[in-house]
Amino acid sequence: MSDNLAKDLASPAAGEGAMPTPPADAPATGAVPAATADAGALRDRPAGGGDELVRVTDLTKLFPVRRGTLVRRGAGAVRAVDGVSFAIDRGTTLGLVGESGSGKSTAGRLISRLLEPTSGSVVFDGQDISHLSSRQLRPLRRDIQMIFQDPYSSLNPRHTIGAIVAAPMRIQKQVPRRGVRDRVRELLELVGLNPEHYNRYPNEFSGGQRQRIGIARALATRPKLIIADEPVSALDVSIRAQIINLLDGLRTEFGLTYLFIAHDLSMVRHLSDRVAVMYLGQIIELADRTDLFSGALHPYTHALLSAVPIPDPTSHRRRERIRLHDEVPSPLNPPVACRFHPRCWKAQEICRTEAPPLLERAPGHQVACHFPEKRDVV
Amino acid sequence: MTGPAPAGTPFLQVRDLTVSFRTDDGVVHAVDRLSFSVERGRTLGIVGESGSGKSVTSLAIMGLHRRGRRVSIDGEIRLDGEDLVTAPAERVRGLRGQRMAMIFQDPLSSMHPQFTVGEQIVEAYRVHNRVSRAAARRRATELLELVGIPEPARRLDDYPHQFSGGMRQRAMIAMAVSCNPELLIADEPTTALDVTVQAQILDLMRELQKEFNSAIIIITHDLGVVAEISDDILVMYAGQAMEHGGVEEVFAHAEHPYTWGLLQSITRLDRQLETTLRTIPGSPPSLINVPPGCPFHPRCTYRELAGPAASTVRPPLAEASPGHRVACHLPVDERRRLLREEVTPTL
Ligand SMILES: Nc1ncnc2c1ncn2[C@@H]1O[C@H](COP(=O)(O)OP(=O)(O)O)[C@@H](O)[C@H]1O
Ligand SMILES: Nc1ncnc2c1ncn2[C@@H]1O[C@H](COP(=O)(O)OP(=O)(O)O)[C@@H](O)[C@H]1O
Ligand code: SF4
Ligand code: SF4
Ligand SMILES: [Mg+2]
Ligand SMILES: [Mg+2]
Repeated sequence: MSDNLAKDLASPAAGEGAMPTPPADAPATGAVPAATADAGALRDRPAGGGDELVRVTDLTKLFPVRRGTLVRRGAGAVRAVDGVSFAIDRGTTLGLVGESGSGKSTAGRLISRLLEPTSGSVVFDGQDISHLSSRQLRPLRRDIQMIFQDPYSSLNPRHTIGAIVAAPMRIQKQVPRRGVRDRVRELLELVGLNPEHYNRYPNEFSGGQRQRIGIARALATRPKLIIADEPVSALDVSIRAQIINLLDGLRTEFGLTYLFIAHDLSMVRHLSDRVAVMYLGQIIELADRTDLFSGALHPYTHALLSAVPIPDPTSHRRRERIRLHDEVPSPLNPPVACRFHPRCWKAQEICRTEAPPLLERAPGHQVACHFPEKRDVV
Repeated sequence: MTGPAPAGTPFLQVRDLTVSFRTDDGVVHAVDRLSFSVERGRTLGIVGESGSGKSVTSLAIMGLHRRGRRVSIDGEIRLDGEDLVTAPAERVRGLRGQRMAMIFQDPLSSMHPQFTVGEQIVEAYRVHNRVSRAAARRRATELLELVGIPEPARRLDDYPHQFSGGMRQRAMIAMAVSCNPELLIADEPTTALDVTVQAQILDLMRELQKEFNSAIIIITHDLGVVAEISDDILVMYAGQAMEHGGVEEVFAHAEHPYTWGLLQSITRLDRQLETTLRTIPGSPPSLINVPPGCPFHPRCTYRELAGPAASTVRPPLAEASPGHRVACHLPVDERRRLLREEVTPTL
C-alpha cells in the first residue's frame, strides 16, 4: 500500500452545493470522536423519527454449501446476509450499494419474503413477516413488489404485456374482472407506454420499454414498498435516465417507498434519501445521502467512491485515487473481526481481533469501523 | 506492403469503414463510412449506446468477421500503412496476436474452459514465437505477474472458472499482451466488473501502454471510463461517427447534440444533485432502418434549427476546430452558442 494511502487527508469533504450540508459533527481532519456511551441505544432510534414501513433487525441468511453430493468437510455456509439492521421510512428511498456478492439481492429477497431468513426479523408495516407461510404471505405480495434488472428474462415471452401487467391483479383479485383491462391501460399509460399496445408481446419492445412493463406490473397491485434490484443496470445511458425519472415521478405521485439496489453509486445518490453500503453480507455504513456522498467515514466507502470514474478528464487528473488491492474475499469464509481488514490501509491490531459494531457517529450516520474519519474522495 | 509506413501516416488509420450484414429481416448497416486514426502510445475511447456498431468496428479491424455473401466490408483499415480490408485472411490472422490483439468483455466466453490458463497463454504465445514449451511457460508466468496475478506460477495451472471475474480479465490481458502487440483493442473490458476492480484493470491498461507504447482502442458506454483513460474520444450513433476529438476538448466543448444528450443524461458524483435528469427522448434506431439524413434527427432537440437537411442530407464529419470533428448541420457558431447558453448550464 503506498504511503499516500496511509496518510490522512487534511481536506474537508466537499459540500454538495445543492443540498444543505448539515454542520459537520466530526472535525474534518482528525478522527471522529469515539461513539458516546449511549450510541448503541441511538441505533434503534427510528431514523428521523419518521414513520417506519420496514424494519429489519439482525437479518441473516446462510446458504449451506454442498460440493458434489457429499457435504464435504469444511464446506460450511455462504453468509450472504449476516446480521443486517436498518429501517426504511414510509415515502422514502433507501439505496443499497456494494459490490457484487455483497448480499444486496439476498437482502431484497428477504424483505420481500421470496426468501426466509435464517435468523433475525423483517417487520413490514408493523407486522413481523419473517416466518409467515406462503399462504399467510399472499396479502403481503400485494404490498411489496419487485422490479428486476433484466427486463428480458423477467417477462414471460409467451404472454401479452396486457396479461403480464394484469397477472398480479388477477392473483390478488383486487380488481373486478371487467375493470382489469381499463386498469392495465391506465398503468401502461402511467409508465409511458402506448395503452393500445396491451396485446403485443415482450419481444416487440426495446429494453427500456420492457423495463417500463416491469414497472407497470409492479404497480398493478398498488404496493406500498417497491424493491428495485438493479433496475437500470442493463439499460443504455439515454434510457437509464428515462427510467430513473419514471421511478422518481411514481414515488412522488403515489407516496411509494423504495429499496433501491444498485452498484452504480451516482445513480443511488440521485434517487436515495438514505444509503446503506454493504460489504460481505454486512452493512458497513448507513447515512443520509448527503452525509454519505460528501462525508463518508468508512474506508471501504471511500474506496468505492474513489473508484467511480468521473466524466471529466481534467478533474480526473487532480483526483486522489484509492486503489484496493485484491478482490472481495469469499463470503464462505469471511475474514474475522473487521471483514475489510485484509484490504484496509488503516488496519490496526484491533481490526484483526474485534469486529467493529455499526455505531452512530453523527446523527443518523452509522459506521462499522474502529477508525472512522472523513476524507475527500470525489 | 511491409515495412514502416511513411512518416506522418497514423499507426492505425480507418477510412470510410462500412460493414453491413444481410439478414432475413434486411440489411443491417452496422458501420457506415467510419473514419478515425490512432497513434502508438495513444488511447482512443469509442462510446455509443448498444447496437451503435462499436463491436462490429473492432471485429473488422481484427479481421474477425466471417467474410462471405452475408457480410460486406468496405473502406480501408491501415495498420502501419498496410490495408487489412484487402489483405488475405491468412495475413490478417498472422498480424492478429502478433501486432494486434483484442480483449473482450467476457473473458470466460473467449477462453477455453477445459484448458488451464497457463496452457492457453503458452499456446497463444507459441503460435507466434518459436520457443520451447518450458520457455513459453516461463513467459506465461512473467505475464501473469505483469498483470498483477498473485502467485502466478501456481495460478498457471488453474482453469478459467477458478479465477474471479477480475482475475480472468487480467489473464485475458496477459494473453493479449503476450506478443507485445502494437494495437490493443479492448471491447467493454470492465463492463462486467465492479468499480473497484474496474479501477484496477484501467490502471493496468495504463501501465501496459506505458510499457509497450501500444495504440489502444477502448470501447465502452461509460463516459467516465473514457474520461479517465483516453486521449481521444469517438462518439458513435447508429454505426456512424457523431463527434471525434481530444477528450479534454470534447468533454469541455462538445458540439454534437447527441454528445450533449449523453453528457446531460448521466448522473455524476462530481455535480450538484438535480431534481430531474435530462433525457434523450426515444431510443436508438434499428440499423436496418437507419433514419435518413442525420441518423440522430428523430431524437434531436435542435433538428428544427438545422432546417430540412437534417432529415435528408447526412452531415459530414467536419472539422470544427483543429482535431475536433463534428457531424452536424448546425453552423459552428450556432452550436457554440447552444453549448454555452443551453447545454453547459445543465451539466
Ligand atoms: N441461492 C443461493 N445459494 C447459494 N448462494 C447464494 C444464493 N444466492 C446468493 N448466494 C450467494 O450469496 C452471496 C450474496 O449474493 P447476492 O445477494 O446475490 O449479492 P449481490 O446482489 O450483492 O451481488 C454471494 O456470495 C452469492 O453467491
Ligand atoms: N453477425 C451479425 N449479423 C447481423 N447483424 C449483426 C451482426 N453483428 C452485429 N450485428 C448488428 O450490428 C449492429 C451493431 O452491433 P455492435 O457493433 O455489436 O454494437 P455495439 O457493440 O455498439 O453494441 C447491431 O444492430 C447488431 O445487431
Ligand atoms: S475497522 Fe479497521 S480494518 Fe476495518 S475498516 Fe476500520 S480501520 Fe479498516
Ligand atoms: S444535424 Fe440536425 S438533427 Fe442531426 S444532430 Fe445536428 S441539429 Fe440534430
Ligand atoms: Mg444482486
Ligand atoms: Mg458491443
